[in-house]
Amino acid sequence: MAALSAAGLRKTYGGTEVVAGLSFAVEAGRCFGLLGPNGAGKTTTLRLCLGLTAPDGGTVTLNGHAIPAAAQQARARVGVVPQFDNLDPDFTCAENLLVFGRYFGLADADVRQRIPQLLDFAGLGSKADARIATLSGGMKRRLTLARALVNDPDLVFLDEPTTGLDPQARHLIWERLKQLKSAGKTLILTTHFMDEAERLCDTLIVIDHGRKIAEGSPRELIAAHIEPQVVEVYDEAGGDLPAFVAAHRDLAGRVETSGETAFFYCGEPRPLLARLAEAPGLRYVHRASNLEDVFIKLTGRELRD
Amino acid sequence: MLSAAVRPPAVRWFPVWQRNFLVWKKLALPSILGNLADPLIYMLGLGYGLGAMLPEINGRSYVAFLAAGTVCASTMNAATFEALYSAFSRMHVQKTWDAILNTPLGLADVVAGELFWAATKSLFSGAAILVVVAALGLASGPLALWVLPAIVLTGLAFAALGLIWNALAPSYDFFMYYFTLFITPMTLISGVFFPTDQLPGWLATVGGWLPLAQGVALVRPLLAGQVPADALIHIMALLATAGVAFVIALRLTRRRLLK
Repeated sequence: MAALSAAGLRKTYGGTEVVAGLSFAVEAGRCFGLLGPNGAGKTTTLRLCLGLTAPDGGTVTLNGHAIPAAAQQARARVGVVPQFDNLDPDFTCAENLLVFGRYFGLADADVRQRIPQLLDFAGLGSKADARIATLSGGMKRRLTLARALVNDPDLVFLDEPTTGLDPQARHLIWERLKQLKSAGKTLILTTHFMDEAERLCDTLIVIDHGRKIAEGSPRELIAAHIEPQVVEVYDEAGGDLPAFVAAHRDLAGRVETSGETAFFYCGEPRPLLARLAEAPGLRYVHRASNLEDVFIKLTGRELRD
Repeated sequence: MLSAAVRPPAVRWFPVWQRNFLVWKKLALPSILGNLADPLIYMLGLGYGLGAMLPEINGRSYVAFLAAGTVCASTMNAATFEALYSAFSRMHVQKTWDAILNTPLGLADVVAGELFWAATKSLFSGAAILVVVAALGLASGPLALWVLPAIVLTGLAFAALGLIWNALAPSYDFFMYYFTLFITPMTLISGVFFPTDQLPGWLATVGGWLPLAQGVALVRPLLAGQVPADALIHIMALLATAGVAFVIALRLTRRRLLK
Protein backbone atom coordinates (compact mmCIF):
# COMPACT_ATOMS: atom_id res chain seq x y z
CA MET A 1 0.00 0.00 0.00
CA ALA A 2 1.21 3.50 -0.80
CA ALA A 3 2.26 5.61 2.17
CA LEU A 4 0.79 8.64 0.44
CA SER A 5 -1.41 8.84 -2.61
CA ALA A 6 -3.35 11.57 -4.32
CA ALA A 7 -5.87 11.18 -7.11
CA GLY A 8 -7.36 13.95 -9.21
CA LEU A 9 -6.46 16.58 -6.63
CA ARG A 10 -7.81 20.08 -7.34
CA LYS A 11 -7.65 23.37 -5.49
CA THR A 12 -8.75 26.78 -6.72
CA TYR A 13 -7.89 30.13 -5.14
CA GLY A 14 -9.59 33.27 -6.40
CA GLY A 15 -10.52 31.74 -9.75
CA THR A 16 -7.04 30.31 -10.39
CA GLU A 17 -6.64 26.57 -10.32
CA VAL A 18 -3.47 26.20 -8.24
CA VAL A 19 -3.62 22.41 -8.18
CA ALA A 20 -5.28 21.12 -11.34
CA GLY A 21 -5.96 17.40 -11.24
CA LEU A 22 -2.78 16.06 -9.64
CA SER A 23 -2.31 12.32 -9.09
CA PHE A 24 0.68 10.49 -7.62
CA ALA A 25 1.53 7.67 -5.24
CA VAL A 26 4.50 7.29 -2.91
CA GLU A 27 5.67 3.86 -1.83
CA ALA A 28 6.63 3.45 1.82
CA GLY A 29 10.34 3.82 2.52
CA ARG A 30 11.08 5.86 -0.60
CA CYS A 31 12.08 9.47 -1.07
CA PHE A 32 9.62 11.24 -3.31
CA GLY A 33 10.38 14.62 -4.84
CA LEU A 34 7.83 17.28 -5.66
CA LEU A 35 9.54 19.70 -8.01
CA GLY A 36 8.34 22.77 -9.80
CA PRO A 37 9.05 26.47 -10.29
CA ASN A 38 7.78 29.09 -7.82
CA GLY A 39 4.01 29.18 -7.83
CA ALA A 40 3.69 25.73 -9.41
CA GLY A 41 1.49 24.53 -6.55
CA LYS A 42 4.00 22.58 -4.44
CA THR A 43 3.19 24.08 -1.05
CA THR A 44 -0.55 23.90 -1.70
CA THR A 45 -0.13 20.24 -2.61
CA LEU A 46 1.68 19.61 0.68
CA ARG A 47 -1.06 21.42 2.59
CA LEU A 48 -3.68 19.30 0.85
CA CYS A 49 -1.75 16.13 1.74
CA LEU A 50 -1.58 17.15 5.41
CA GLY A 51 -5.27 18.05 5.54
CA LEU A 52 -4.56 21.72 6.27
CA THR A 53 -6.85 22.78 3.49
CA ALA A 54 -9.76 20.96 1.88
CA PRO A 55 -9.48 20.05 -1.83
CA ASP A 56 -12.10 21.24 -4.30
CA GLY A 57 -11.86 17.83 -5.91
CA GLY A 58 -9.97 14.55 -5.69
CA THR A 59 -8.79 12.39 -2.83
CA VAL A 60 -5.71 11.98 -0.64
CA THR A 61 -4.77 8.97 1.46
CA LEU A 62 -1.99 9.40 4.02
CA ASN A 63 -0.78 6.46 6.12
CA GLY A 64 -4.01 4.68 5.28
CA HIS A 65 -6.22 7.56 6.43
CA ALA A 66 -8.53 9.54 4.19
CA ILE A 67 -7.52 13.23 4.13
CA PRO A 68 -8.84 15.66 5.26
CA ALA A 69 -11.54 13.64 7.11
CA ALA A 70 -9.01 11.71 9.26
CA ALA A 71 -6.10 14.13 8.94
CA GLN A 72 -5.54 14.44 12.67
CA GLN A 73 -5.10 10.67 13.07
CA ALA A 74 -2.86 10.55 10.01
CA ARG A 75 -0.64 13.36 11.28
CA ALA A 76 0.10 11.39 14.47
CA ARG A 77 2.58 9.33 12.42
CA VAL A 78 3.89 12.20 10.29
CA GLY A 79 6.69 14.75 10.74
CA VAL A 80 6.86 18.11 8.96
CA VAL A 81 9.84 20.34 8.23
CA PRO A 82 8.14 23.55 7.03
CA GLN A 83 9.60 25.92 4.50
CA PHE A 84 10.00 28.70 7.08
CA ASP A 85 11.33 27.98 10.54
CA ASN A 86 8.69 28.24 13.22
CA LEU A 87 10.67 27.09 16.21
CA ASP A 88 9.57 28.52 19.51
CA PRO A 89 11.92 31.47 20.16
CA ASP A 90 11.06 31.55 23.87
CA PHE A 91 12.39 28.05 24.46
CA THR A 92 15.71 26.26 24.48
CA CYS A 93 16.41 23.48 21.96
CA ALA A 94 15.42 20.78 24.46
CA GLU A 95 12.24 22.63 25.44
CA ASN A 96 11.25 22.97 21.80
CA LEU A 97 11.35 19.19 21.47
CA LEU A 98 9.59 18.55 24.78
CA VAL A 99 6.74 20.95 24.05
CA PHE A 100 6.34 19.62 20.52
CA GLY A 101 6.12 16.05 21.84
CA ARG A 102 3.16 17.10 23.97
CA TYR A 103 1.21 18.09 20.86
CA PHE A 104 1.44 14.41 19.86
CA GLY A 105 0.18 13.30 23.25
CA LEU A 106 3.60 11.87 24.16
CA ALA A 107 4.52 11.54 27.82
CA ASP A 108 7.18 14.02 28.97
CA ALA A 109 9.31 11.16 30.30
CA ASP A 110 9.34 9.45 26.88
CA VAL A 111 10.29 12.64 25.07
CA ARG A 112 12.94 13.59 27.64
CA GLN A 113 14.54 10.21 27.06
CA ARG A 114 14.62 10.81 23.31
CA ILE A 115 15.90 14.40 23.42
CA PRO A 116 19.67 13.61 23.63
CA GLN A 117 19.37 11.18 20.72
CA LEU A 118 17.36 13.66 18.63
CA LEU A 119 19.80 16.49 19.35
CA ASP A 120 22.77 14.24 18.50
CA PHE A 121 21.11 13.31 15.22
CA ALA A 122 20.81 17.01 14.44
CA GLY A 123 24.43 17.65 15.44
CA LEU A 124 23.19 19.77 18.35
CA GLY A 125 24.26 17.48 21.18
CA SER A 126 25.86 20.35 23.10
CA LYS A 127 23.03 22.79 22.47
CA ALA A 128 20.26 21.31 24.63
CA ASP A 129 20.00 24.44 26.76
CA ALA A 130 20.81 26.98 24.04
CA ARG A 131 18.16 29.51 23.14
CA ILE A 132 16.90 29.59 19.58
CA ALA A 133 18.15 33.13 18.97
CA THR A 134 21.74 31.96 19.49
CA LEU A 135 21.54 29.28 16.76
CA SER A 136 22.78 29.74 13.19
CA GLY A 137 20.42 29.22 10.25
CA GLY A 138 21.78 25.72 9.68
CA MET A 139 21.37 24.80 13.34
CA LYS A 140 17.76 26.01 13.32
CA ARG A 141 17.07 23.91 10.25
CA ARG A 142 18.58 20.86 11.91
CA LEU A 143 16.58 21.47 15.08
CA THR A 144 13.44 21.73 12.96
CA LEU A 145 14.34 18.35 11.46
CA ALA A 146 14.87 16.89 14.94
CA ARG A 147 11.52 18.36 16.01
CA ALA A 148 9.82 16.69 13.04
CA LEU A 149 11.15 13.35 14.33
CA VAL A 150 9.98 13.75 17.91
CA ASN A 151 7.05 11.37 17.36
CA ASP A 152 9.21 8.83 15.45
CA PRO A 153 7.10 9.35 12.31
CA ASP A 154 6.71 6.89 9.43
CA LEU A 155 6.64 9.69 6.92
CA VAL A 156 8.36 13.08 6.87
CA PHE A 157 7.37 16.06 4.73
CA LEU A 158 10.27 18.39 3.94
CA ASP A 159 9.37 21.69 2.31
CA GLU A 160 12.61 23.13 0.89
CA PRO A 161 14.70 21.85 3.79
CA THR A 162 18.03 23.33 2.65
CA THR A 163 17.02 26.70 1.22
CA GLY A 164 19.31 29.41 2.59
CA LEU A 165 21.92 27.02 3.99
CA ASP A 166 25.64 26.97 3.27
CA PRO A 167 27.12 23.91 1.48
CA GLN A 168 28.35 22.31 4.71
CA ALA A 169 24.93 22.57 6.30
CA ARG A 170 23.23 21.24 3.15
CA HIS A 171 25.52 18.22 3.01
CA LEU A 172 24.81 17.45 6.65
CA ILE A 173 21.04 17.62 6.07
CA TRP A 174 21.39 15.35 3.02
CA GLU A 175 23.37 12.86 5.09
CA ARG A 176 20.67 12.84 7.73
CA LEU A 177 17.89 12.43 5.19
CA LYS A 178 19.70 9.43 3.71
CA GLN A 179 19.95 7.96 7.21
CA LEU A 180 16.21 8.44 7.69
CA LYS A 181 15.55 6.66 4.43
CA SER A 182 17.78 3.76 5.45
CA ALA A 183 15.77 3.59 8.66
CA GLY A 184 12.71 2.93 6.51
CA LYS A 185 11.05 6.32 6.67
CA THR A 186 9.16 7.73 3.73
CA LEU A 187 10.32 11.20 2.70
CA ILE A 188 8.32 13.74 0.71
CA LEU A 189 10.65 16.49 -0.46
CA THR A 190 10.06 19.75 -2.25
CA THR A 191 13.13 21.60 -3.41
CA HIS A 192 14.44 24.10 -5.92
CA PHE A 193 17.84 22.44 -5.94
CA MET A 194 17.98 19.88 -8.70
CA ASP A 195 21.23 18.40 -7.39
CA GLU A 196 19.44 17.82 -4.10
CA ALA A 197 16.56 16.04 -5.82
CA GLU A 198 18.98 14.03 -7.95
CA ARG A 199 20.91 12.87 -4.87
CA LEU A 200 17.99 12.06 -2.62
CA CYS A 201 14.87 11.20 -4.61
CA ASP A 202 13.99 7.70 -5.76
CA THR A 203 11.15 9.09 -7.81
CA LEU A 204 9.92 12.56 -8.42
CA ILE A 205 7.29 14.48 -10.25
CA VAL A 206 7.70 17.85 -11.88
CA ILE A 207 4.63 20.04 -11.64
CA ASP A 208 3.83 23.33 -13.27
CA HIS A 209 0.61 25.36 -13.10
CA GLY A 210 -0.76 22.68 -10.77
CA ARG A 211 -0.31 19.88 -13.31
CA LYS A 212 2.12 17.00 -13.41
CA ILE A 213 4.37 17.39 -16.44
CA ALA A 214 6.87 14.57 -15.78
CA GLU A 215 7.33 11.62 -13.48
CA GLY A 216 10.07 9.08 -12.85
CA SER A 217 13.43 8.52 -11.21
CA PRO A 218 16.04 11.24 -11.83
CA ARG A 219 17.89 8.91 -14.28
CA GLU A 220 14.71 8.01 -16.12
CA LEU A 221 13.75 11.64 -16.49
CA ILE A 222 17.18 12.56 -17.83
CA ALA A 223 17.10 9.66 -20.26
CA ALA A 224 13.57 10.37 -21.40
CA HIS A 225 13.65 14.12 -21.79
CA ILE A 226 17.11 15.20 -22.75
CA GLU A 227 20.25 14.38 -24.75
CA PRO A 228 22.87 12.75 -22.50
CA GLN A 229 25.66 15.32 -22.98
CA VAL A 230 25.77 19.08 -22.65
CA VAL A 231 28.38 21.48 -23.94
CA GLU A 232 28.05 24.97 -22.49
CA VAL A 233 29.79 27.60 -24.60
CA TYR A 234 30.60 31.06 -23.20
CA ASP A 235 31.44 34.16 -25.14
CA GLU A 236 34.71 35.32 -23.70
CA ALA A 237 37.35 37.78 -24.93
CA GLY A 238 35.55 38.78 -28.09
CA GLY A 239 34.58 35.44 -29.61
CA ASP A 240 31.58 35.47 -31.91
CA LEU A 241 29.09 33.22 -30.14
CA PRO A 242 26.05 33.92 -32.38
CA ALA A 243 28.09 33.09 -35.47
CA PHE A 244 29.43 29.90 -33.89
CA VAL A 245 25.92 28.81 -32.89
CA ALA A 246 24.54 29.52 -36.35
CA ALA A 247 27.36 27.56 -38.01
CA HIS A 248 27.29 24.52 -35.73
CA ARG A 249 23.65 24.18 -34.74
CA ASP A 250 23.45 20.85 -36.61
CA LEU A 251 26.16 19.27 -34.41
CA ALA A 252 23.76 19.13 -31.47
CA GLY A 253 20.29 17.71 -31.03
CA ARG A 254 19.15 20.97 -29.55
CA VAL A 255 20.72 24.37 -28.84
CA GLU A 256 19.52 26.96 -26.37
CA THR A 257 20.99 30.40 -25.88
CA SER A 258 20.65 32.27 -22.64
CA GLY A 259 22.49 35.60 -22.40
CA GLU A 260 26.19 35.03 -23.12
CA THR A 261 25.91 31.25 -22.92
CA ALA A 262 24.84 28.66 -25.49
CA PHE A 263 23.82 25.17 -24.37
CA PHE A 264 24.40 22.40 -26.95
CA TYR A 265 22.52 19.26 -25.97
CA CYS A 266 24.09 16.33 -27.86
CA GLY A 267 24.25 12.57 -28.10
CA GLU A 268 27.77 12.62 -29.55
CA PRO A 269 29.69 15.77 -28.56
CA ARG A 270 33.08 14.99 -30.14
CA PRO A 271 32.61 16.81 -33.48
CA LEU A 272 31.41 19.90 -31.64
CA LEU A 273 34.31 19.76 -29.18
CA ALA A 274 36.74 19.52 -32.09
CA ARG A 275 35.30 22.71 -33.61
CA LEU A 276 35.36 24.48 -30.27
CA ALA A 277 39.03 23.71 -29.85
CA GLU A 278 39.62 25.77 -33.04
CA ALA A 279 37.23 28.62 -32.19
CA PRO A 280 39.00 31.68 -30.79
CA GLY A 281 37.57 33.63 -27.85
CA LEU A 282 35.09 30.96 -26.79
CA ARG A 283 35.33 29.00 -23.55
CA TYR A 284 33.36 25.83 -22.98
CA VAL A 285 32.45 23.21 -20.41
CA HIS A 286 31.49 19.68 -21.35
CA ARG A 287 29.41 17.73 -18.84
CA ALA A 288 26.78 15.03 -18.52
CA SER A 289 23.27 16.35 -18.62
CA ASN A 290 21.46 16.52 -15.29
CA LEU A 291 18.09 17.03 -13.73
CA GLU A 292 18.40 20.81 -13.91
CA ASP A 293 18.62 20.57 -17.71
CA VAL A 294 15.44 18.49 -17.69
CA PHE A 295 13.73 20.90 -15.35
CA ILE A 296 14.57 23.91 -17.48
CA LYS A 297 13.55 22.13 -20.65
CA LEU A 298 10.19 21.25 -19.12
CA THR A 299 9.42 24.51 -17.36
CA GLY A 300 11.23 27.06 -19.51
CA ARG A 301 13.89 29.64 -18.73
CA GLU A 302 11.70 32.63 -17.97
CA LEU A 303 11.53 33.82 -14.35
CA ARG A 304 8.61 32.83 -12.17
CA ASP A 305 7.96 35.15 -9.30
CA MET B 1 8.39 2.67 18.91
CA LEU B 2 6.79 5.58 20.67
CA SER B 3 3.25 5.22 21.79
CA ALA B 4 1.37 8.43 21.33
CA ALA B 5 -1.54 8.63 23.73
CA VAL B 6 -4.70 9.57 21.89
CA ARG B 7 -6.29 12.22 24.04
CA PRO B 8 -10.02 12.77 24.12
CA PRO B 9 -10.98 15.93 22.20
CA ALA B 10 -12.12 17.70 25.38
CA VAL B 11 -8.55 18.10 26.67
CA ARG B 12 -6.61 18.27 23.41
CA TRP B 13 -6.22 22.01 23.88
CA PHE B 14 -4.21 21.40 27.03
CA PRO B 15 -0.71 21.14 25.46
CA VAL B 16 -1.31 24.50 23.77
CA TRP B 17 -2.20 26.04 27.13
CA GLN B 18 0.84 24.30 28.64
CA ARG B 19 3.13 25.80 26.01
CA ASN B 20 1.99 29.31 26.83
CA PHE B 21 2.22 28.63 30.54
CA LEU B 22 5.82 27.46 30.15
CA VAL B 23 6.74 30.69 28.34
CA TRP B 24 4.97 32.77 30.99
CA LYS B 25 6.67 30.90 33.84
CA LYS B 26 10.03 32.15 32.63
CA LEU B 27 8.94 35.73 33.20
CA ALA B 28 6.24 35.23 35.81
CA LEU B 29 7.25 37.75 38.45
CA PRO B 30 7.94 40.73 36.16
CA SER B 31 4.78 39.84 34.26
CA ILE B 32 2.58 39.87 37.37
CA LEU B 33 4.16 43.04 38.76
CA GLY B 34 3.91 44.78 35.39
CA ASN B 35 0.25 43.89 35.04
CA LEU B 36 -0.46 44.91 38.60
CA ALA B 37 1.23 48.30 38.68
CA ASP B 38 -0.94 50.25 36.26
CA PRO B 39 -4.40 49.34 37.60
CA LEU B 40 -3.19 49.72 41.18
CA ILE B 41 -1.85 53.20 40.55
CA TYR B 42 -5.21 54.20 39.12
CA MET B 43 -7.16 52.51 41.87
CA LEU B 44 -5.13 54.02 44.68
CA GLY B 45 -4.70 57.44 43.07
CA LEU B 46 -8.31 57.89 42.02
CA GLY B 47 -9.76 55.86 44.89
CA TYR B 48 -8.08 57.74 47.74
CA GLY B 49 -7.30 61.04 45.99
CA LEU B 50 -10.50 61.66 44.08
CA GLY B 51 -12.48 59.50 46.52
CA ALA B 52 -11.68 61.86 49.43
CA MET B 53 -13.85 64.49 47.75
CA LEU B 54 -16.71 62.11 46.90
CA PRO B 55 -19.67 60.94 48.96
CA GLU B 56 -20.12 57.26 49.83
CA ILE B 57 -21.79 55.09 47.24
CA ASN B 58 -24.39 52.69 48.62
CA GLY B 59 -22.85 53.06 52.05
CA ARG B 60 -19.28 52.21 50.93
CA SER B 61 -16.27 54.40 50.25
CA TYR B 62 -15.42 55.41 46.67
CA VAL B 63 -12.18 53.43 46.80
CA ALA B 64 -14.17 50.26 47.68
CA PHE B 65 -16.51 51.01 44.77
CA LEU B 66 -13.56 51.50 42.45
CA ALA B 67 -11.81 48.35 43.73
CA ALA B 68 -14.55 46.14 42.27
CA GLY B 69 -14.37 47.99 38.97
CA THR B 70 -10.60 47.70 38.91
CA VAL B 71 -10.69 43.93 39.44
CA CYS B 72 -13.03 43.58 36.44
CA ALA B 73 -11.24 46.08 34.22
CA SER B 74 -7.85 44.47 34.81
CA THR B 75 -9.33 41.06 34.16
CA MET B 76 -10.75 42.35 30.90
CA ASN B 77 -7.50 44.07 29.92
CA ALA B 78 -5.33 41.05 30.70
CA ALA B 79 -7.55 38.68 28.69
CA THR B 80 -7.85 41.16 25.84
CA PHE B 81 -4.13 41.88 25.64
CA GLU B 82 -3.32 38.18 25.58
CA ALA B 83 -5.96 37.34 22.96
CA LEU B 84 -4.89 40.24 20.75
CA TYR B 85 -1.18 41.03 20.88
CA SER B 86 0.20 37.79 22.29
CA ALA B 87 -2.02 35.45 20.30
CA PHE B 88 -1.32 37.48 17.15
CA SER B 89 2.43 37.11 17.74
CA ARG B 90 2.03 33.36 17.99
CA MET B 91 -0.37 33.10 15.06
CA HIS B 92 1.04 35.60 12.59
CA VAL B 93 4.60 36.52 13.53
CA GLN B 94 6.19 33.43 15.10
CA LYS B 95 3.93 31.02 13.20
CA THR B 96 3.64 28.91 16.33
CA TRP B 97 0.09 27.96 15.36
CA ASP B 98 1.27 26.73 11.96
CA ALA B 99 3.80 24.48 13.68
CA ILE B 100 1.11 23.06 15.97
CA LEU B 101 -1.27 22.48 13.06
CA ASN B 102 1.27 20.08 11.55
CA THR B 103 0.74 17.80 14.56
CA PRO B 104 -2.41 15.80 15.38
CA LEU B 105 -3.91 18.91 16.99
CA GLY B 106 -6.52 20.83 15.05
CA LEU B 107 -7.36 24.51 14.87
CA ALA B 108 -10.15 24.12 17.44
CA ASP B 109 -7.57 22.79 19.91
CA VAL B 110 -5.23 25.71 19.20
CA VAL B 111 -7.90 28.39 19.55
CA ALA B 112 -9.37 26.73 22.65
CA GLY B 113 -5.89 26.52 24.17
CA GLU B 114 -5.44 30.24 23.51
CA LEU B 115 -8.90 30.99 24.96
CA PHE B 116 -8.19 29.15 28.20
CA TRP B 117 -4.70 30.58 28.39
CA ALA B 118 -5.93 34.17 28.02
CA ALA B 119 -8.56 33.47 30.69
CA THR B 120 -5.79 32.08 32.91
CA LYS B 121 -3.69 35.21 32.42
CA SER B 122 -6.71 37.31 33.35
CA LEU B 123 -7.18 35.18 36.45
CA PHE B 124 -3.58 35.89 37.49
CA SER B 125 -4.17 39.57 36.94
CA GLY B 126 -7.59 39.79 38.60
CA ALA B 127 -6.50 37.63 41.53
CA ALA B 128 -3.39 39.78 42.11
CA ILE B 129 -5.60 42.87 42.33
CA LEU B 130 -7.98 40.98 44.59
CA VAL B 131 -5.14 40.19 47.00
CA VAL B 132 -4.21 43.87 47.21
CA VAL B 133 -7.85 44.86 47.61
CA ALA B 134 -8.23 42.37 50.48
CA ALA B 135 -4.99 43.57 52.08
CA LEU B 136 -6.35 47.13 52.03
CA GLY B 137 -9.42 45.89 53.87
CA LEU B 138 -11.71 46.61 50.89
CA ALA B 139 -13.14 43.09 50.70
CA SER B 140 -15.56 42.00 53.36
CA GLY B 141 -15.90 38.37 54.26
CA PRO B 142 -15.41 34.98 52.62
CA LEU B 143 -17.94 35.71 49.85
CA ALA B 144 -15.12 37.67 48.24
CA LEU B 145 -13.51 34.34 47.28
CA TRP B 146 -16.37 33.89 44.80
CA VAL B 147 -14.82 36.78 42.92
CA LEU B 148 -12.28 34.28 41.54
CA PRO B 149 -14.78 32.29 39.43
CA ALA B 150 -16.38 35.59 38.38
CA ILE B 151 -12.95 36.69 37.15
CA VAL B 152 -12.58 33.46 35.17
CA LEU B 153 -15.97 33.97 33.49
CA THR B 154 -15.18 37.58 32.65
CA GLY B 155 -11.76 36.52 31.36
CA LEU B 156 -13.25 33.81 29.15
CA ALA B 157 -15.75 36.25 27.62
CA PHE B 158 -13.08 38.84 26.80
CA ALA B 159 -10.59 36.24 25.63
CA ALA B 160 -13.14 34.92 23.13
CA LEU B 161 -14.09 38.41 21.97
CA GLY B 162 -10.43 39.29 21.53
CA LEU B 163 -9.81 36.17 19.46
CA ILE B 164 -12.46 37.34 16.98
CA TRP B 165 -10.57 40.57 16.44
CA ASN B 166 -7.29 38.64 16.30
CA ALA B 167 -8.66 36.50 13.47
CA LEU B 168 -9.46 39.64 11.47
CA ALA B 169 -6.28 41.61 12.20
CA PRO B 170 -3.89 42.42 9.34
CA SER B 171 -1.31 43.86 11.79
CA TYR B 172 -0.77 44.97 15.38
CA ASP B 173 -2.00 48.49 14.52
CA PHE B 174 -5.48 47.08 13.99
CA PHE B 175 -5.81 46.37 17.73
CA MET B 176 -5.84 50.05 18.61
CA TYR B 177 -9.33 50.27 17.11
CA TYR B 178 -10.53 47.49 19.36
CA PHE B 179 -9.48 49.54 22.37
CA THR B 180 -10.68 52.93 21.19
CA LEU B 181 -13.98 51.70 19.73
CA PHE B 182 -14.89 48.98 22.20
CA ILE B 183 -12.81 48.54 25.34
CA THR B 184 -12.38 52.16 26.44
CA PRO B 185 -16.01 53.31 25.91
CA MET B 186 -17.23 50.12 27.54
CA THR B 187 -15.04 50.74 30.57
CA LEU B 188 -16.69 54.14 30.99
CA ILE B 189 -20.29 52.94 30.72
CA SER B 190 -20.06 49.67 32.64
CA GLY B 191 -19.89 51.07 36.16
CA VAL B 192 -16.15 50.68 36.66
CA PHE B 193 -15.40 54.29 37.69
CA PHE B 194 -18.86 55.59 38.61
CA PRO B 195 -22.39 54.20 39.05
CA THR B 196 -24.21 53.88 35.74
CA ASP B 197 -27.22 55.83 37.06
CA GLN B 198 -25.09 58.91 36.35
CA LEU B 199 -25.49 58.13 32.62
CA PRO B 200 -28.39 59.03 30.34
CA GLY B 201 -30.95 56.25 30.63
CA TRP B 202 -30.40 54.77 27.18
CA LEU B 203 -26.61 54.71 27.60
CA ALA B 204 -26.92 53.01 30.99
CA THR B 205 -29.14 50.39 29.37
CA VAL B 206 -26.63 49.76 26.59
CA GLY B 207 -23.84 49.58 29.16
CA GLY B 208 -25.79 47.12 31.25
CA TRP B 209 -25.83 44.65 28.36
CA LEU B 210 -22.07 44.70 27.85
CA PRO B 211 -19.96 41.85 29.23
CA LEU B 212 -17.86 44.11 31.45
CA ALA B 213 -21.03 45.26 33.27
CA GLN B 214 -21.98 41.60 33.79
CA GLY B 215 -18.66 41.02 35.51
CA VAL B 216 -18.99 44.18 37.61
CA ALA B 217 -22.52 43.17 38.64
CA LEU B 218 -21.08 39.94 40.07
CA VAL B 219 -17.84 41.25 41.60
CA ARG B 220 -19.03 44.42 43.33
CA PRO B 221 -21.62 42.80 45.63
CA LEU B 222 -19.30 39.88 46.35
CA LEU B 223 -16.56 42.26 47.52
CA ALA B 224 -19.15 44.00 49.72
CA GLY B 225 -20.09 40.66 51.27
CA GLN B 226 -23.42 40.32 49.46
CA VAL B 227 -24.82 37.71 47.10
CA PRO B 228 -25.23 39.39 43.69
CA ALA B 229 -28.78 39.99 42.50
CA ASP B 230 -29.62 38.09 39.30
CA ALA B 231 -26.32 36.22 39.59
CA LEU B 232 -27.49 33.44 37.30
CA ILE B 233 -28.38 35.88 34.53
CA HIS B 234 -24.94 37.50 34.67
CA ILE B 235 -23.21 34.13 34.74
CA MET B 236 -25.23 32.90 31.77
CA ALA B 237 -24.59 36.14 29.89
CA LEU B 238 -20.83 35.79 30.33
CA LEU B 239 -20.87 32.12 29.40
CA ALA B 240 -23.00 32.80 26.34
CA THR B 241 -20.68 35.63 25.27
CA ALA B 242 -17.68 33.34 25.64
CA GLY B 243 -19.36 30.47 23.79
CA VAL B 244 -20.75 32.44 20.86
CA ALA B 245 -17.61 34.54 20.47
CA PHE B 246 -15.44 31.41 20.51
CA VAL B 247 -17.46 29.82 17.72
CA ILE B 248 -17.19 32.99 15.63
CA ALA B 249 -13.48 33.36 16.38
CA LEU B 250 -12.83 29.74 15.38
CA ARG B 251 -14.75 30.12 12.15
CA LEU B 252 -12.91 33.32 11.22
CA THR B 253 -9.53 31.85 12.13
CA ARG B 254 -10.29 28.77 10.03
CA ARG B 255 -11.05 31.05 7.10
CA ARG B 256 -7.78 32.86 7.68
CA LEU B 257 -5.39 29.92 8.20
CA LEU B 258 -6.93 26.86 6.59
CA LYS B 259 -8.47 28.26 3.41
